[in-house]
Amino acid sequence: MITMEHVCKSYKIAKRNAGFGEACKALFHRKYEVIHALHDVTFTIGDGEMVGYIGPNGAGKSSTIKILSGILTPDSGTVLVDGRIPYKNRIEHVREIGVVFGQRSQLWWDVPVIDSFELLKDIYSISDFGYKQSLEELTALLNLSELLRSPARQLSLGQRMRCEIAASLLHRPRILFLDEPTIGLDAVSKLAVQDFILQQNKSHGTTVILTTHDMQDIEALTSRIILIGKGQILMDGTLDDIKKGGGSIDETVAQLYRTYDI
Amino acid sequence: MKKYLSFFRLRFTMGLQYRAAAFAGIVTQFAWGFMEIMVFRAFYHADAAAFPMSFSATASYLWLQQAFLAFFAAWMMENEIFDSIVNGNIAYELCRPINIYNMWYSRSIANRLSRAVLRCFPILIVAAFLPQPYGIETPASLLHFILFLITLALGLAVTVSFCMMIYMLTFFTISPQGLRMGFTSTVEFFAGAVIPLPFFPEKIQKILELLPFASMQNVALRIYSGSMGNSEMQKAILLQVFWLIAVTIAGKLLCRLAEKRITVQGG
Amino acid sequence: MKKIYRSIRLYTHYVSINIRSMMQYKTSFFLTAIGQFLVSFTAFLGMFFMFERFSNVEGFTYSEVLLCFSIMLLDFSLAETFARGFDTFSDMVRHGEFDRVLVRPQNEIIQVLGSKFELTRIGRMIQSIAMFAYGISKSQIAWNFPKILTVVFMLIGGTAVFSALFVIYASLCFFTLDGLEFINVFTDGAREFGKYPIGIYGEKMLRFATFFIPYALIQYYPLLYVLGHRSDTILIFLPLLACWFLIPALLLWKFGVRHYKSSGS
Repeated sequence: MITMEHVCKSYKIAKRNAGFGEACKALFHRKYEVIHALHDVTFTIGDGEMVGYIGPNGAGKSSTIKILSGILTPDSGTVLVDGRIPYKNRIEHVREIGVVFGQRSQLWWDVPVIDSFELLKDIYSISDFGYKQSLEELTALLNLSELLRSPARQLSLGQRMRCEIAASLLHRPRILFLDEPTIGLDAVSKLAVQDFILQQNKSHGTTVILTTHDMQDIEALTSRIILIGKGQILMDGTLDDIKKGGGSIDETVAQLYRTYDI
Repeated sequence: MKKYLSFFRLRFTMGLQYRAAAFAGIVTQFAWGFMEIMVFRAFYHADAAAFPMSFSATASYLWLQQAFLAFFAAWMMENEIFDSIVNGNIAYELCRPINIYNMWYSRSIANRLSRAVLRCFPILIVAAFLPQPYGIETPASLLHFILFLITLALGLAVTVSFCMMIYMLTFFTISPQGLRMGFTSTVEFFAGAVIPLPFFPEKIQKILELLPFASMQNVALRIYSGSMGNSEMQKAILLQVFWLIAVTIAGKLLCRLAEKRITVQGG
Repeated sequence: MKKIYRSIRLYTHYVSINIRSMMQYKTSFFLTAIGQFLVSFTAFLGMFFMFERFSNVEGFTYSEVLLCFSIMLLDFSLAETFARGFDTFSDMVRHGEFDRVLVRPQNEIIQVLGSKFELTRIGRMIQSIAMFAYGISKSQIAWNFPKILTVVFMLIGGTAVFSALFVIYASLCFFTLDGLEFINVFTDGAREFGKYPIGIYGEKMLRFATFFIPYALIQYYPLLYVLGHRSDTILIFLPLLACWFLIPALLLWKFGVRHYKSSGS
């Protein structure tokens, strides 16, 4: 179970200005501005829930995910994931979570995918038996048998994405964070990935938190939606709550952004 | 002409953005120059008579070398350009009504100028205040100073023309960065960046002075302190002009060949 | 104990996957190794030509300086081979790959060490060994067990000091990516100017290299013992003492990681 209560986080960013004159000035005097990435963020996610975490760019989505993964420490507020504070016991915490960054690969580029898997087995200290089981299941469900012997650089984006998702589930995490998992994928691969994630949630009870701009993914996978804008939680409800007005989901979300002025 | 000027301005401004990098660079180069002088000082203690030029001329050479490093550093080539050649983006550039050679040339000069401008004055000013003979001495004469400035510009031009040739050659053979590094350090060695050319054994020095590498930093840095006699200076400057013309023509020819190759083969 | 065994096994796994990756690009490996060899070979040539002109420098002959150079070069190459992940850490931070490190249930240091294992330095290592062999053949050193031990310690201590400098550089990357160029003075600079025994640079430099960054402990003093210029047995163990330098480096690293976690990327 995940609980966030009154979490706040701000950053200090140096301002860089364009133009020749400004660049010369900047040599001698730097200006900073403070960005409030998260302000009083509060929500609870139960075991086995599938949540879509949406919002425009810069709204604070990645800051939230980083805090939940234990990569970032919040300025204030409490965060508990399965009874642990993520940023305090990093190693024990990350053992139980899986992360998929849609645009960044965790596989070694030039060696067969299976080699990357075996390294992950070592990193996560997965038992031989557990590894064999996971590998068999993931290979069967994601159709990886011909892909495992190829180096990642030879795979198409769709194939690589399937391997990435498998890689992040080898250690059977209870919680899975997905960041733009289907970006750039063709329709067939997209559906395959969506089906797979739904299936994992059903059979293993994996909690799934999905951050994406792709509303098809949101519709297919999630029952609950949390909307964040300018660092604040603006809405926490179900898919039906937003879809009240009819129209496509993209239109609905765009309207939502306009309503909240984000 | 205007578009090349705007490329120039853009690159120059970009170069100025990185204040911390500039400061760190100055400190680094200063430390480097200082240590180099210490090495030569130790050798001077061993045998002052074996020095081919006075110690203060050597020190001035080393400080000027650091101050204008950005002009002559062969390894300071732009990865962006290499990448665009290797992955074929260059094909898009060819679609524009621009001469690639001239564009990259002005870009390289702007890059080197902006880096040098930031660093040369602090280094030279501090070096001027160091106790002689460790600091930089005043130029041998006004004439020498003027010749220094001219050969400095010529040296920069030769260096950039040479780099252009390397870019052009990349169209025909793709070499990993490791080998490129090895090649550029050899070039620098022959140019007098590791030890000044006068410190090489006589016979080798005679050969090296005829190569294009000697027309990069060697001439200007030695003219400054008056280490070269009049006829030597004349010969060196003529060689600089010769190599500038030769290497630029070679580069432009390669460029045209490369363009033909791309438009025929499709990159 | 089991944890240490596990860590070593994991590190070996990383090394093996790095080597397997590299094997995919055999030509590139050879060309890069050659290129790197050329870089340090020109440094050698520069020194060689200087000694054609000067018979010695501050009492050290050509063969003695060769020994010094070869050991320093080998130290640096070993450190670059193993600790390359720290040497290029700015890339890791810039591309957000350190986040990936934090999401894995393993110590960050092992992961960063394991991210890169660059055998291309082998060209330089071979050059070091060649220079060392030549230096030995030309010098009149009376070799005995203590001296050989000293050389081994110099290698261990030297690699540790250079690796520690890489760790310091990497730690600074957590705070800023600009302006870290000056660390080159302490890494590449030490390799370049460490060609010559530090004593030639004067008293002040020697003091700096003894008490601030322990270069003299891994080069100058044990070298004097090996060359027979001094005979205090304590000099044999100074290089091992220099390994203390890893402690402030690792402390700075821990501090840097904490800063990274509180300020995002």
